[in-house]
Amino acid sequence: MSKLISSVSPHFYGKRTTQTIMLDVIIALLPAAVASVIIFGLRSLLVIAVCIGTCVLSEFLFQKLCKREVTAMDLSAVVTGMLLAFNLPVSIPIWQAVLGSVTAIIVVKQLFGGIGQNFANPAITARIIMMTAFSGSMTTWTMPGNGADAVSSPTPLAAAAKGLKDAMPSYQTLFLGNHGGCLGETCALAIILGGIYLVIRGVITWHTPVVYVATVALMSFICGKDVLYQVLSGGLLLGAVFMATDYATTPNTKWGKVVFGVGCGLITILIRFWGNLPEGVSFSILIMNILTPYISKLTRSKPLVGGAKK
Amino acid sequence: MKTLNNFTKGIIKENPVLVLILGTCPTLATSTSVINALGMGAAATIVLLFSNILISALRKVIPDKVRIPCYIVLIAGLVTAVQMLVKAYLPDLDKALGIYLPLIVVNCIILGRAEMFANKNKVFDSAVDALGMGVGFTFALCLMATIREVFGSGTFCGIEIPVLIDNHVSILTMAPGGFFVFGLLIAAMNKFAKHKPKKTEFGCAGCPQAEICGKAGCGDVKEAAEND
Repeated sequence: MSKLISSVSPHFYGKRTTQTIMLDVIIALLPAAVASVIIFGLRSLLVIAVCIGTCVLSEFLFQKLCKREVTAMDLSAVVTGMLLAFNLPVSIPIWQAVLGSVTAIIVVKQLFGGIGQNFANPAITARIIMMTAFSGSMTTWTMPGNGADAVSSPTPLAAAAKGLKDAMPSYQTLFLGNHGGCLGETCALAIILGGIYLVIRGVITWHTPVVYVATVALMSFICGKDVLYQVLSGGLLLGAVFMATDYATTPNTKWGKVVFGVGCGLITILIRFWGNLPEGVSFSILIMNILTPYISKLTRSKPLVGGAKK
Repeated sequence: MKTLNNFTKGIIKENPVLVLILGTCPTLATSTSVINALGMGAAATIVLLFSNILISALRKVIPDKVRIPCYIVLIAGLVTAVQMLVKAYLPDLDKALGIYLPLIVVNCIILGRAEMFANKNKVFDSAVDALGMGVGFTFALCLMATIREVFGSGTFCGIEIPVLIDNHVSILTMAPGGFFVFGLLIAAMNKFAKHKPKKTEFGCAGCPQAEICGKAGCGDVKEAAEND
């Protein structure tokens, strides 16, 4: 006689697992990875490989040591590693990249309980920690195309903030990414391609990225800045498409995503135009990560009948 | 035997910083360099020693209802004396410790020992207890300061260390790095000193986000909070 199985809903499962979702994100990140190798040379491949390797290895070792279920093979650590590498300059010393990856996985992710339990985006938080720890090597930007003798150059945002008209690249350069900056943030074209792929596959919804970018564009327009320049430069597109759409650390309701995007946009603009730093994307996403539970709670849909008493 | 136990318990088993989690503020603030940590530890130990002796000697004189103000007056007097001495003979240390030297007055370790030990025990035992706690405090401070100074600024007691000086992780000397090292040391202490915190089920009641959390069961906490 066959056993009668009783379990709570949902009884209907799709084929989608953490692994397939993360695979989609990796595929979406590939164009930017290819672009970074073309723009900054083979060393960017080394940085990406080191970050991915360290992330997966530290997740595996930590879970083994703590006798937890090993989830290092679910590819989420690979995504974290790739995103962290995309947030580093190409000239970063390898040991600093290793330390950053360990921080991202162990401190930000595993100490809070592993995948789905971390309140802040591991890659973003590790980047901010590294910015504070290694402020020198984290802000040494290399001008692409000079091979080993690369000269340092300001990022487009730093140039704009200092009013260096000569150092400000054209829209076309910004769009294709042939300028100084972090590995994965310079090529807007590659990031947009990845974003479109993710939306088509249903991995992310369009709300957060579109609202985030639109807020930045609108605020730049109101403040009388160059709208297209502000949207295309810095880590805005990378942050909006890949970091502000992380499942664990951003609201899961539709209106929550909209609020999240608006908040990120406003904080980014505040830091860019009035702060000391030229770029504010990572800080804005981290601050909104912390507010996420409140946003989710406020935008939760109400049941039609039999809802909780107020 | 009991005397020895009174002394050693402050170093590992009841270490004021790493086990009792007292005096966190001066710990985080002054453990950026080993010299500062030693100075802070010594100053606090001296104040602690004399406050424990005085409070223990006066334990039958001080009325129970106003004991805390009395303790504070005694401790403040001692701290003022120590501060004047440091200002006169070690002006560099005074500059480095800054506001944290007078703030020894409100150091939880000193008031804590007065309340937990000195007002119930004899003068000699209280003095031994104060010395043990002082050594424990200084030990924890120096341990933290060594980690933070060696890896954060690449020096030890101001002496430059060849490789680390070029590759220092400056966040360790800042506030976040202080909390980070503090947490790691407490974790290591719990692991190796066999002082394991009691394993209690960490339910929703202890969670600061219980009210906004959608997890099943958290609603009860909210209701309970509203009924209070």
